[in-house]
Order: sequence, then C-alpha cells, then structure tokens
Amino acid sequence: MSSAVDDITLPARRGIGRALLRDPMGLAGLVLVVAFLAMALLAPWIAPYDPIALNVKAKFQPPSAAHWAGTDHLGRDLLSRIIWGARLALGISITSVGIAGALGLVLGLVAGYGPRWLDSALVLVFDSMSSLPMIFFALAVITVLGPGTTTLILVIVLVSFPSYARLIRTQTLSLSGADYILAERAMGAGPVRIIFRHLLPNVVGPMVILICMDIPVVIMLEAGLSYLNLGVKPPSPSWGNILAEGYNSLRQAPHIVVIAGIPLVLATLGFTFLGEGLRDVLDPRGAGRRWT
Amino acid sequence: MSAPLSVENLSVVYRVAGGILQAVRDVSLSVQRGEVLGIMGESGCGKSTLAAAMINLLPVGAEIRQGGVRINGTDMLKLPPAAQRALRGQSVAMVFQDPMTAFNPVLTIGRQLADFAGAHDPARATPDRLVAMLARVGIPNPARFLDRYPHELSGGMRQRVAIAAALLMQPDVLIADEPTTALDVTMEAQIIHLLRDLRTSFDGAIVIVTHHLGVIAELCDRVAVMYAGEVVEEGTVDAIFHAALHPYTRALLACDPAVVDPSSGRLPTIAGRIPDLTALPPGCAFLTRCTMALPACHNPPPRVLLAEGRSVLCHRVQP
Repeated sequence: MSSAVDDITLPARRGIGRALLRDPMGLAGLVLVVAFLAMALLAPWIAPYDPIALNVKAKFQPPSAAHWAGTDHLGRDLLSRIIWGARLALGISITSVGIAGALGLVLGLVAGYGPRWLDSALVLVFDSMSSLPMIFFALAVITVLGPGTTTLILVIVLVSFPSYARLIRTQTLSLSGADYILAERAMGAGPVRIIFRHLLPNVVGPMVILICMDIPVVIMLEAGLSYLNLGVKPPSPSWGNILAEGYNSLRQAPHIVVIAGIPLVLATLGFTFLGEGLRDVLDPRGAGRRWT
Repeated sequence: MSAPLSVENLSVVYRVAGGILQAVRDVSLSVQRGEVLGIMGESGCGKSTLAAAMINLLPVGAEIRQGGVRINGTDMLKLPPAAQRALRGQSVAMVFQDPMTAFNPVLTIGRQLADFAGAHDPARATPDRLVAMLARVGIPNPARFLDRYPHELSGGMRQRVAIAAALLMQPDVLIADEPTTALDVTMEAQIIHLLRDLRTSFDGAIVIVTHHLGVIAELCDRVAVMYAGEVVEEGTVDAIFHAALHPYTRALLACDPAVVDPSSGRLPTIAGRIPDLTALPPGCAFLTRCTMALPACHNPPPRVLLAEGRSVLCHRVQP
C-alpha cells in the first residue's frame, strides 16, 4: 500500500537467553544455579570422598589439601557431603516446587476462568490451606507420617501451592476481561483453548519468577527441618544435617558451620538473582522498562 | 434463501444497581449478502450492545429478554454453547474497536491467526493462506509479519490484521464494532478504503457500528439509526442523508462537524440528554428533546413502514 509503511523496519527480536546474559545480576544467578545443578547431577563423579564413610581418626580437621573443606565430628569429608547435599537440596526443592507450581497453575486457571461456584470453592481451599501456620502444619504432618524425603515434599507442596494458585487466579481474572480474550471468543474459541493457549502463556511468566524466588525458601525450609531432625534423616548429607551436626561441635571446629552455610547462601542468592533476571526478560511488554 | 443475519424483536437488558437498564428494545434488522448495513447513533444508544448480542457474547450482567439472532436462518440464541462457538468465526466474525488490545501480547501474529483458523479447520491455518489473507488486507511484506508480536505493529496495521483474522474463515457476516474509532485520521481513512475495497471481493453481509457519520456515508448501503435502544429510522444511505424523516436523525445529521457552516462559529447540539434507560417514559423516547413534538407523542410511537427496508418510528410520519 503506502511506501511509508514499507519503510518501517523493526529491530529483530532478541532471544530470552541472550537478554538474560546481558544483565549482570541475571548472569550471576544463572552461573550459580547452573553450578549447583552440575554439582547435584555430577555428585558421584566430582565428590572426592564417600559422603558417609567414617574416618574417626581424621575428625575435626580444618581445610587442607586432602580435605578442601575439612572434616566433621566423624571424620567425613565436608566437601563431599556438601556436594551430595546439593543433590538432596535441589532435588527436594525443585520437585516440590514443581509439583506445587503445576497444581497451583491448573487450579488457579480453573478458579479464574471457570464458573463462579467453582471459584468460590477453590478460594476457600486456598485460604484454609494458607491460614495454617507452616511450621506447625509441617510438624503435624511429619508426626503422623514420620520424617523423610517424601513427607518433606508433601508438606512443601501442600504449604506452597495456594500462593501459586492465588497468583494465577488473580491474573486469570484480570485477563479474562481483556479484549483479546473476547476477540478469541468471538472467533469461536472454546474454554479449553482459551485457558491453555491464551491465558496460560500470559500468566506463566510471573509464576516462573515466583518459583525461582521460592526455591531458596524451600531449600532453607528443608535445611531448617533437617536441622530440627524432622527432615532428611542422618546420615544422609543434607545441608541442614551438616549444619546441625556442625553446631554441636561449634567450639572444637567452627569451620564446619561456616563452610556448610556457604552453599545455602550462594544457592539462595543464585535462584533469587535468576528470578529477578527472568522477571526483567520474560515479559515481552517489559522490554520498554529499561528506557524509562 | 434466508438472510445471512437477521435480528428479530431483540431486547437486551442490563441488571444495574438502579433496576433494569433497557439497552436494546425490540430491534429487528436484517442484512443481505453483499450488503453493508450501518448502525448509527450517539454513545449509550445501545449500538455496541446490539453488536455484542449479534454474536451472543454479551458482557456479564446483560440478559437477552426476548427475540432471536438468526445466522443463515438458524436462531443462534437457541443453540447449545458448543454449536454457538462453531458459528462464531466460521459464519459470523467480529472486528473490535481497539486494535491495540485485541491481540494476545505473548503470541506472534502468525500463531494467533493460525489459532483463529485452527479452532475451526486446521487445514486452513497454513502459512500460505495466512500470508495471502494478510496481503489481501494490504499488509506489505506479509510473510515477515507472521513472526511479529502485536506490540511491534502500529494501530492501523493491527486493525488490518484484525480484519484479516475476521475474514480468515470466509464468514457470511462480518460485524465491525467502531472499527476506526481508536485510530487517527490517516489510519481511519486507510481502514475505510480497505473496507470499501473488501466490499467488492467479500460476498457476505457486513454490519458496521459507528457514531461517525462519514464512515456510514462512505461505506454503507443501508443505515439503521438508533436512539435509546430502539431503531428509530431505517433506510438507504441516500434516504437517510438526504431525506431523513425522524426528528432525531435530522438533528444528528445537523450536528455533523463536516456539514456545519464554518462561518457560523458554533457547533449545533441536540438540547437535553438521552432519557434514563432504567425508567423510560411510556411515549416516544426522544420526546423531551424533540422540537416537533405533538400531544400524541406521549403515546408509544408507531413504526411506519414506508417501503421494504425503509421505516420510521414517529407520530409525525404518515404512511
């Protein structure tokens, strides 16, 4: 038609990965997360010692060439325990947050787009779940089912899915009034198509960010419950167990608590940074935010 | 053969805090194949509600009190939801007022067009067909457009894409609700030209809802003038613009800035305001603003049928 329209050239769309790499904080988060994931996946090959092999003669050793992070009260190599601990920490947190996220996503979409009565019923469930104090609920479930990894995952899923469901529901509610959803309906799209093709991609971005931000919370919760002997059972090398045992020998070997704290801090920071980096990148409409 | 779209005695109400708001009152209209019907009226006269009722996608709180919407002779309002969905997009498609918000921001244009078509017939969602349709609505380099996101397009381009989307399934009825209102004047002219070009290649019926008299004059064959939820006058574009009979139509045409005498220095208005649609008077709804009122106007006005497709709702008009 008009030549003026022809002349408009728009910048090519940048990939999400490339945009994330350009953001220093997102990059730092990505590096840390990838490092912890590698540690978790490659634990059997990169851990220098067996994490539960006792060597009482070499107990409470400070960091040295043989034991980079020193040894604990039973002479177990701390570095190996931390590396294996990454497997437990990430395994539990990613599994439980993943399940909670998927559950929250589906329930939130159904509540937000479905009929009124279903919405009311689901909101009642979300509200009653989140009115339970987390630690006491965890203690109650653990008392009934006994401590262990499965119980831990169950507790985390039950405690955290309502917050995802609420987030998704609110967004779905505000989006279901959007013009393009009306346009879709005017073109004959049914509810399933609208929910999964049109609402889902619009609401999933904030949830990915929330999940990234929640993983460190769950890592801390797992460490905390393990510290209280309610999470992963010893001698499994959970970061919480290492801290708990290190705390008992704080006077003889203060390095244990310090060193076992480092991965917790770094993992928390890594996932938080990655979450914030993703927040800036994932939202296609947010691209303009950098110039304002 | 039955008309692609006919509306019969349709009444739509909204439940509001003050009672029942009568947005559309006993409207009957029909459009033939190849015909463009304009629905004209000021804000709040019920024209957008009528457009939404034509695809039975009314806002929450709205309720159809009586009447029917026949698409190719089938009353859509009596069909189950799944059958209604099958009609939408396939037999009757809609173009909305604001092209800036009518697209899903996270999907590319290509994905969305494919999705519109794929809802009915995945075979029609091929890139070739999409490109051909974009070319038909005057988009330059259509192949490049498929990978673009909506925010990368201007308003005029988006409205073109919206029209392409509506035409994708070759519907029998195209409803455009204020298609140019959200655009600037240049884009408005381009979209009007596009719609006029489409008249020659599109053999379905077109309904254009607008308050812009210029759009009506440029595009339409027939016009229905709405006031307070009723069609007060219906006729050909010539009849409405040159021989209007209803006092409201006359007053409305006199207010068009395009026909106002520039030397007068003032813009004419219709005195008074639209009546409260929750408490309508028993007589003519235009009575309080009418300069030609008769004592009889306190009674409900008769619908005077002058010819096929030419009617006026007024005591003043004699058959």
